[in-house]
This record gives sequence, C-alpha cells and structure tokens, in this order.
Amino acid sequence: MQPVKDITGNAIPLNRADVDTDQIMPKQFLKRIERSGFGPFTFFDWRKDPNFVLNNAAYEGAPILVAGPNFGCGSSREHAPWGLEDMGIQAIVAPSFADIFRNNCAKIGLLTVVLPQEDVDYLIARAEELPAQRIKVSLAQQTVSIEGTDWARHFDVDPFVKHCLLEGLDDIGLTLQHDEDIAKFESTRSPLLPTTSTAA
Amino acid sequence: MTTPKTLSEKIWEQHLVRQEEGQPDLLYVDLHLVHEVTSPQAFESLRMSGRKVRRPDLTMSTVDHNIPTIGRDLPNPDPLSQQQIETLRTNCKEFGIQLFDMFDLRQGIVHIIGPEQGLTQPGMTIVCGDSHTSTHGAFGALAFGIGTSEVEHVLATQTLLQARPKTMSIEVNGELSFGVTAKDVILAIIRKIGVDGGVGHVIEYRGDVIRNLSMEGRMTICNMSIEGGARAGLVAPDETTFAYMQGRPYVPKGEDWDRAVEAWRKLPTDEGAKFDTYVTLDGAAIEPHVTWGTTPAQSVPVSGRVPSPEDAATASARETAERSLTYMDLKAGTRIQDIAIDRVFLGSCTNGRIEDLRAAAKVVSGKHVASTVRAMVVPGSGLVKAQAEREGLDQIFKDAGFEWRDAGCSMCLGMNPDILMPGERCASTSNRNFEGRQGAGGRTHLVSPEMAAAAAVAGHFVDIREVL
Repeated sequence: MQPVKDITGNAIPLNRADVDTDQIMPKQFLKRIERSGFGPFTFFDWRKDPNFVLNNAAYEGAPILVAGPNFGCGSSREHAPWGLEDMGIQAIVAPSFADIFRNNCAKIGLLTVVLPQEDVDYLIARAEELPAQRIKVSLAQQTVSIEGTDWARHFDVDPFVKHCLLEGLDDIGLTLQHDEDIAKFESTRSPLLPTTSTAA
Repeated sequence: MTTPKTLSEKIWEQHLVRQEEGQPDLLYVDLHLVHEVTSPQAFESLRMSGRKVRRPDLTMSTVDHNIPTIGRDLPNPDPLSQQQIETLRTNCKEFGIQLFDMFDLRQGIVHIIGPEQGLTQPGMTIVCGDSHTSTHGAFGALAFGIGTSEVEHVLATQTLLQARPKTMSIEVNGELSFGVTAKDVILAIIRKIGVDGGVGHVIEYRGDVIRNLSMEGRMTICNMSIEGGARAGLVAPDETTFAYMQGRPYVPKGEDWDRAVEAWRKLPTDEGAKFDTYVTLDGAAIEPHVTWGTTPAQSVPVSGRVPSPEDAATASARETAERSLTYMDLKAGTRIQDIAIDRVFLGSCTNGRIEDLRAAAKVVSGKHVASTVRAMVVPGSGLVKAQAEREGLDQIFKDAGFEWRDAGCSMCLGMNPDILMPGERCASTSNRNFEGRQGAGGRTHLVSPEMAAAAAVAGHFVDIREVL
C-alpha cells in the first residue's frame, strides 16, 4: 500500500444517500480474478444516464468523491473500492459510511472522511456550482478545506488507521510480528472446536 | 463479582489474541469460509508475498456465487465464471483447503452449508468474504463479512484486526400473528431502524418471538442484519439450537457433546448486562411485508399501499423515495396487492433452507403458477435439494410449474445466467432489492417464501393470510 499524502483537486458531487456497492461495482464485473482495471466499470448502470455526474467531462480525473450518507452499503465486495481507486479517487467524503466498505477502503489506502451532513451538503453544492473548485483533504492535519477560501473543517480518524495510511503499512506484516501471541492463543483453544478434518 | 456481559462481548473477549491501547483488537478466527468470487486476489497476493495459509484446517470452501443452477454437466456458458471456479480449485489444492465442489452433494450457499454441516457452533468467531456471513449468528456465533484484503489477512494469520463494535438489543416481544414469518420480522425491524440503523453495532435479537422461532427462522433474521447496517447479528443459543445441531457431521460426539453444550449454556447475555442501543417491537403488530422500493427498509404491510414520497420526513428521504418509485415503475397510492409480477425467485441464503421450501410447497400444492409468471426454486444446498426430493417437494413445485434447480446463490445476485430482464418484476425471497441487483433494470420485491409462492400462483401480490 502506498502512503496516503495530502490530496488536492476537484471533487465529484454524488448527492445520493445509501449508495450501495452493487451500484458502485455491478456483479458482472466480480468475475475477474485480477486486482486492477476495475475503474471503467464503476457505476456501470448509472453511467448509462447521460446526465449522471461521472459523464460530465468537468469532473474527469477528480481525486475526491463527495456523497450522501451510508455510502458503500450492502455487499462486502472490495471490487467497489478497487474500482473507485482505479478511476483515480483518493478520498471519499460523506456523512457516514457502511462498516465493511470503510474497512475495505482503509486496507487499500483509499481515505474515507466523515463530515457532518451540512458540511457535505455545502461541499456538494460548491462542487456542483464550480466543478473546477479545488479541495484539499489532509490526513496528516485531519482537515478538509476549500482552496482560495477560509472554509476548513476538522475530521476525526481512528489513530491506528491514520498511522497505517500515512506510513503505507501492510497490516498482515504487522500482525505476523505477533506470531508468538497467535501461537499461544492457539495452544489454549478448546479441543472441542471443529476443524475441517473432524467430520464423523 | 464480575461485570455482567452481553453474548457478543463474551465471544469477543474469548477470542482476544492481543489488545493494545490505541490499536484495534487482534481477534482469533475459528472458522473462515471461502468462495470463488472474493478469494482469488487474496490467494494471489498471498502467493506473491510468499505466505502460507496458517490454518487450512479452519478454512472451508465451496462454489456458490456464480455457478450455473442448470446443466452443470455441460461446459459453463460463461468462461469468466469457469475461470473463477477453476482458480478456487487450484488455490484449495495448493493450500490444502477442503472444497465442496460443484458435484459434491454438500455443495451449496456458503451460509447454508456451515450450519448444515455443524461447522457453525455457538461461541465461535466466523468470517467470510461475504456480507451475509451474519447468518451464522443465529447459533450464537459472532459472524461477519469481510473484504478481500481481510480474507488475505485471515488466510495468513487466522486473525483479524477489529475495532470493538457497539452492542444493540433488538427485542421482539409477544407472539407473531398467523401467516407472519421470520422474513416479515426482519423486514419490519429494518423498516424501523433504517438501512444504517445498525452501523457500528453488533445486534442481539431477543424476546419471545425470537425464542419461539426455529433455527431456520433465526438464520433468516440474522442473515439480513447487514441490510440494517450491522455487520453481525446474533441470537443466544438454547435448546432449539442444540436440538438442531446434534448429530451433524462436525459437532462433537458423545461426552464431548455434553461438555460442549455445558460451555454453550454459559454464553447467553448475563442478567443486568447493558447494551449501547435498545430497540423493541411488538411481534403481534407485524404483518406480512413487501418491499416497494430499492432499499430493504422501503417496505409496507401487504394490506397497504405504495407510500407517497410527500409523506417522507426529510427532503432527502423524499428525493430517495421518488427515485425508488421511478426505478420500480410504481405510483404512490397503488395497492400492494394490485402489483403484478413476472418472475418468482425462491431461494438464497436468506430463505433457501428446507423449512422455506416446505412452507412454499404447502402454498402451491395442487395449484399452478399464473400463466404470466416464470417461477424458479433454487435450493440452498445439494443436501437441501436431496431432502426436498425425499419429501416429494420437487414434484409439488414441478407440477405447479416451477423450475427446479441445483443449489447456488443464483438470482439473489445474478452472477450466473439466472437474471431478470430489464423491466421484469420479481417477487423474491432474497435479501436485497437494490437497483439492478437481480439483473440490470430488474425490479425486486422482497417477501417471505409463503408470500412469493402465493404471488406466483396469483400473478400479483396477495395477502398470505387469506390464502393459507
């Protein structure tokens, strides 16, 4: 995972609540066994509407997505964050996120930022009105700000997630450093627990 | 005296490998279920970093998401699906993981076969790269869905880094009315708490209604916890749980069984334990439900009408409701029972178990699917299918004009050829009515197996209480 740096650029306003991962990455694209190349398939069905925001050239290549509450609900498919990452999204700002989606984003270095609804509404309105408006998301500072204005907001982030993202840490590597703890735990597990070789 | 604890807190603490201030807890995983769709990249990454599967003996796999439910002896019509299935075979072989493959009678939807085999047991931690892993919570296990990066983490370490969730008690009191099922209970719960009501929480379902449900019914409820935003939902183990489990292939035998049951009896939430959030519902007030929109919270009783967006509490809710109605091609005020359907899907990890098939067969027995409807039954596993055939349910369904298929996820998510055509309207026993979920442009109404069966016969939704 690459370390997360400050992200500056324009923002895509996606003013919808409960955007589920079936919309972000429809099922027909989950058959691929590769990890990359999912970008063109994001919001595949919604893109069929010429008025859909991602069809507006003004937002092409924007690194920030601003969306409504409960973003990423539904299926656990990590293909959804992979697609967003592949299309160039580096940060998503929303009033709330679904738990599994948010975890999945953290694992691949895609920053999720929670701001109050009114701040998200403001960012969406601003991005709709001025598609080129540059916004800065700083994980190090834990701030979202609108360039050229004094609008800036603080956001909370789990300290461990922040540390991993800023350093680009591989958490499997981190966990494997605690191999002794895992082995010790395993030695105390109940022998009554099933294994796949214990069927009668 | 020790502090009273909830069921999920006890399981959490019993699986703590490591705890450190400022870091998520490191939890041990007792069972890791793997399927063809969310695992290939995890295995590939494991291979590239030269890592092994730490506990292949605690890892179980099957093919369910994209396999065909018809013509399995023929070449797979979809080369990409075929490649994914073969990739799982190769990975399981290379890493020594047991696989219930396509022609194994034990193959089926991953959340059906865990309980069926007795691999799902009270007090365990269970994960799978699938959000409906919450199903296993019906046994008093802490079970939740994970993404592919976490699948890789579990394969490599048999642990997960997890922030401790909040706890939510959902109590359903009283007694259910005639014709009301577990599916209606969970739809009513989600309607009440909303699709994000459970975010950050583990739900424990409590109360007389839950206690009186069969294991199949409890699985239906826990299964849809994620549709209310909660990663996990569970029910305290009791005599119903033990009776369901006893004698299954992977449960302890003889004296070991007695010892295991003794330990499981200590799991239920202690008297006086506190939850972070409390919700209560009156079971007697719950009616058979039908979803009308594109989120599982958008449902009404079958006696009702499609609600008006004007009645929505906020401007944003109104906009969402309007969008849903447009997608669903429905007008506010339409009687639910006047909505005609084209397709019926009976199956999925929500309602693809033997009890579900029995209930639906009872409704269609001696009747026939309406001429305007195409209906299919997809049993949740090969063993469910075999059991249904022993009971003659397959014949009842076939005589009534249903297609009788092989086990898999099928039209719940439409990764295999079982999909809705654009504009088709489906009464479905599955769990998600998202836009395009069952096929691009398809329109899904979530209902119980009984309601789906009755709709298949009538060609439109009917009040099951007037049919039974």
